[in-house]
Amino acid sequence: MTAFSALLARELKLAFRAGGEAMVLVLFFVMVGVIVPFAIGPDRPMLTRLSPGIVWIAAFLSTLLGLDRLFRADDEDGSLVLLRHSVLPLEAIVFGRLIAHWLVTAVPLLLATPILALLLNMSMDQLARTALALLIGTPALTAFGALGAAVTVGLRRGGLVAPVLILPLAIPVMIFGVGMMDPLAGGGATLFLLALSLVVTAFSPFLAALALRAAGE
Amino acid sequence: MSATATKQPNWFSRLAHPGHFLNWTRFLVWPLAVATAISFAVGLWFAFLNSPEDYQMGDMVRVMYVHVPNAWLSQFVYGVMFAAALGSLVWRHPLADVANKAAAPLGAAFTALALYTGALWGRPTWGTFWEWDGRMTSTLVLLLIYLGIIALWRAFDDQIKAGRIVAIVTLIGGINIPIIKFSVDWWNTLHQPASVFTADGPRMPASLLTPLLVMMLAFTLLGILLGLVRMRTEILRRRADSMSRQAAIGATR
Repeated sequence: MTAFSALLARELKLAFRAGGEAMVLVLFFVMVGVIVPFAIGPDRPMLTRLSPGIVWIAAFLSTLLGLDRLFRADDEDGSLVLLRHSVLPLEAIVFGRLIAHWLVTAVPLLLATPILALLLNMSMDQLARTALALLIGTPALTAFGALGAAVTVGLRRGGLVAPVLILPLAIPVMIFGVGMMDPLAGGGATLFLLALSLVVTAFSPFLAALALRAAGE
Repeated sequence: MSATATKQPNWFSRLAHPGHFLNWTRFLVWPLAVATAISFAVGLWFAFLNSPEDYQMGDMVRVMYVHVPNAWLSQFVYGVMFAAALGSLVWRHPLADVANKAAAPLGAAFTALALYTGALWGRPTWGTFWEWDGRMTSTLVLLLIYLGIIALWRAFDDQIKAGRIVAIVTLIGGINIPIIKFSVDWWNTLHQPASVFTADGPRMPASLLTPLLVMMLAFTLLGILLGLVRMRTEILRRRADSMSRQAAIGATR
């Protein structure tokens, strides 16, 4: 077992044994989708038209809600310091954390999307496109979130600052994610979202590790 | 240290010394202020008295002389902050943090003014304060990024540590701004094919271009002047902080 897979196993074990936060996030995701019809009315054609946007907003909000558990607990109990002195470079540790966080927080959202699709009167085509968009786009959201979590790790008020920093930067993810609904421009949007996701996922471990080092100095 | 101290450091490291910076900018502030005032006087004279009305917009064209310089500065200030972020990450330049901290509120103010004057201009000419046009939307996102950076500065107690973290965020934002710009333009053409903007740039007659260029110079000088004064204030504030801390140590002994 290499150090990297041991790290991944640790993260997943922690996530599943410590209180089922993934289930709470899924609950939150579904709840955001449920309250929107109360705000705009139960008009089924309108819900169909708005449903991809609602799902994306719900995904954005639940990603932001889960940010705090990325580095903060490890920073507070000191395991981040230990991890910084392990055989793995900090960048690899951040990347492992990113993968684990995506598996624990984003994959459940993907699995819960059909529930929202049912409630929001989505068509089968819309559901397929939204699920694909979420599958491609959530790694970028998680990676942006890791950046936000890393730069605010030592802050007492960081929980509020991170979303404010991350939201404007993550706008392209939402634009291309919702753009995949378009029958004509959807293909281009898919490729752009894929490119964005790959670039952000590739760069964020380095930048987040830089921030964690600066915060730990 | 004593062996190298006799050698005259190069200009770059001399620039890095806050005391040196305070010394040579002391004689820069007033001349810069005078130059700013003169160029504003000339620019405003041109803008209000010595430039023609637009044949379509009438007097409303004069908003341009305030709007365009602010929009230019909203991007120029981010460029300065990006350079400062590189300076603090690569060279650990102590003044780069100060420059970033001084520039962020200025950038936010210029961006907000660009949006505000744009709204005032848009109401009579397009009939709406706000349009989800590509350029306006990305300016709005830029304002949000500025505000996020200011919020991050304020969230830190330790300003030295804050400098490096904010530099990283400034870097991320700077890399991201072209992506946001591209995605917003893409999104905009997807949703509204007929844009209100037409590409007008060099086709502008000289009678409108001269006041515009003078006003852009005036606003740029104003930005540099305010940035310098804010940097000086920040250095002095940090010095006062450390002095009071040292005084507190002395008092307890």
